[in-house]
Amino acid sequence: MQTKYRILLPVISLAVLLAATFWMQPRTMSYFGVNLLFNLAVPIALATIAQMMIIMVNDIDLGMGAFVSLVACVVATFLHDTPVLGTFMLIGLILSYAAMGALIHRLELPAIVVTLGMSFVWGGLALFILPSPGGASPGWLRALMTSKPPLMPMAVVAAILISIVTHLLIMRSGIGTVLRGVGGNTRAVQRAGWSVIWLKALAYGLAGLFAVLAGMALVGLTTSADANIALRYTLLSIAGVILGGGEFIGGKVSPTGAVIGALTLTLASSFLNFMRLNPDWQIGAQGAILILVLTARLLFAKREVRT
Amino acid sequence: MENVASGNAPIVTLTDAEKHFGPVRALDGVSLSISPGECLGLVGHNGAGKSTLVNLINGGLAPSAGQITYTDALGKDTLNPMSAGVRSVFQELSLCPNLTVAENLRISHSDLKGSGWRRRAREEISAALDQVFPGHGIDAGIEVDQLSIAQRQMVEIAIGFSPRGSTARLVILDEPTSSLDAGIAEQLLDHIRTFCAAGGAVIFITHMMGEIFATASRIVVMSDGKVVADRPTTDFTRQGLVDAMGHVAANSDPETQSEKRVLTEEILRTPQGLSAHRGEIVGLSGLAGHGQAEALARLYFESTSSWRSLGSKSQMVFVAGDRGRDGVLPLWSILRNASITVLGQGKWLLDHKAEVEFGKTWKERVGIRTENIDNPILSLSGGNQQKVLFARALASDAPVVIMDDPMRGVDVGTKRDVYRMIREEAARGRTFLWYSTETAEVCECDRVFVYRNHEISAELTGDDITEDQILAASFEMQEA
Repeated sequence: MQTKYRILLPVISLAVLLAATFWMQPRTMSYFGVNLLFNLAVPIALATIAQMMIIMVNDIDLGMGAFVSLVACVVATFLHDTPVLGTFMLIGLILSYAAMGALIHRLELPAIVVTLGMSFVWGGLALFILPSPGGASPGWLRALMTSKPPLMPMAVVAAILISIVTHLLIMRSGIGTVLRGVGGNTRAVQRAGWSVIWLKALAYGLAGLFAVLAGMALVGLTTSADANIALRYTLLSIAGVILGGGEFIGGKVSPTGAVIGALTLTLASSFLNFMRLNPDWQIGAQGAILILVLTARLLFAKREVRT
Repeated sequence: MENVASGNAPIVTLTDAEKHFGPVRALDGVSLSISPGECLGLVGHNGAGKSTLVNLINGGLAPSAGQITYTDALGKDTLNPMSAGVRSVFQELSLCPNLTVAENLRISHSDLKGSGWRRRAREEISAALDQVFPGHGIDAGIEVDQLSIAQRQMVEIAIGFSPRGSTARLVILDEPTSSLDAGIAEQLLDHIRTFCAAGGAVIFITHMMGEIFATASRIVVMSDGKVVADRPTTDFTRQGLVDAMGHVAANSDPETQSEKRVLTEEILRTPQGLSAHRGEIVGLSGLAGHGQAEALARLYFESTSSWRSLGSKSQMVFVAGDRGRDGVLPLWSILRNASITVLGQGKWLLDHKAEVEFGKTWKERVGIRTENIDNPILSLSGGNQQKVLFARALASDAPVVIMDDPMRGVDVGTKRDVYRMIREEAARGRTFLWYSTETAEVCECDRVFVYRNHEISAELTGDDITEDQILAASFEMQEA
């Protein structure tokens, strides 16, 4: 599928789901309602972008949820109490992500194993920092996440902003093009004289950066943190990338699609609530929506091959 | 193309360049220089060292001994092939399929930056395509995986010739026309001639004799890592060129000459024309990558892996040449690796005693050099690993053995042992289908099929199986 058309299906899925939600619960069709619907989508969208950076270079990150949880713990404690130290810690976390990418490339380790192993390290550190739920959000972060811009709710503004910035970074800039090239044909990039280890470190570093932003956004919304607060982000972020038209290998990703995928996943759980579905069935129903969208994509792709 | 003005100083000079891979001398003392305006045709059989030579020139490999020096456009000496304007177009496609044509130019042109780089990239690649392939019809904004193989090849060639912030002075083309049709190939040859007339240099590797004679100003023939002939094109005739390539020493010891066997029933025939009789050793030859391995794999999978195939008992066994990919089970012991084909034939549980017995017999028969057959397979040398794979195949009772270049990286002693085994087994009525990149090995066969462009171009039997005949059938003799 061409990039131009790859974005169509995520947009259509979101539109259909949104229309169904409005139809079932017309009161959500307001500034306040939309904000409530999509509020929690902002950290998920940022985590999805982070996951996309890693899928872009043909790897996968199984430690994303634990890492975002750790960031949330750091934000709710150190960044709140001692901002300078907190900032340095967050920068250190981003750099450790970049180092992890370089290591994975240098030693030819499978990313799936390394990130899974690191997830226990992140989880342990998070428990060490915040053994029981608590902490507090820095005031400015709380103010930013709960601000009420005119015309559109904060959640929508943030989603648009994230997708524009990442689109420029990944799809339009020269270095973003080279990074996608690593996913497409690593040897060709290497032969053209690029240092692949630096490129991988850069991709992982960007993933670390967006994961840190995700953790900050999450604390801004919840005002406190917990060592397990974002564990489900690992699978949500992978699902978001795929739902948004990305592919596991080959460097085919779409930042705008990833943001839309994250919005769709968040909306899906609200939609199921409105349907008064037994919460026991919700996870399964969410999975069913995912399978439905992916089936539609497969059918489109098949038809394209035939014509 | 801009005029490349730097006098007549050679762009690249190799002095006694050597390249060793372990004990293998891929390049054995090559001295060569290429000056502006030259189009060098590089020919030679498989493993002659062409690719190694190209990789030394473009900086992909460092020489083990000897020297390579470059002169840049200003006439200054340099050690960096990039600054001397050396470009390569590789045989296997090296584009990023997920990026657009213009974005692929960005990968190899790091000076494209700042705002508007996408527009400039589109203009540059379109100009390059227009110049080499007028009327190409390729949109610079389209993703590469939407293009046909031929169009991808065209894009790759155009990127090779495009300015990319400096000037292309020496372009290395490795089988550039392999996936182009005749008309497009002619456009490329035209462009090479214009490019060289304007002072550029080209190294041109191809298996199409016609193209060599139509474009090259000088022909270099390689064999066994050495340059065996280096003369202006006018001094060669087509037959003379084939003769010059075929100087692999024919040192087959007398006992290997198989006596003429009476042909028995034909047990195998494919729609593509491959056939074999009982007890015959059939060779598949031709240049590497011309469809021999695919033909064997197709044959094998059709008989063993199709869910419609009759019964579970296989009629064929496979000996892998790419041991790491297709052969060895790296975590298992030598014994387990060898006994895998004879396991589970009708029984639910393994018979460990029989397995140990089996190991003892085959260790003797194929001569695996190890103290303990329970050692991990990776403790063996490459040649001994290959013997284990032969034992695995020969231990089964399948009447047909398929071998996909099994002697890759195997030492001479092991080769001799294996040849002996193959002849014994053939005398007992087994049929062997043997793809080999070494012409000397193929000459041992009873019948040889030569492949070119994924088709059989010749079938040779008996006394017709000679190095010259195989070479002649591997290369396109007609005009391109």
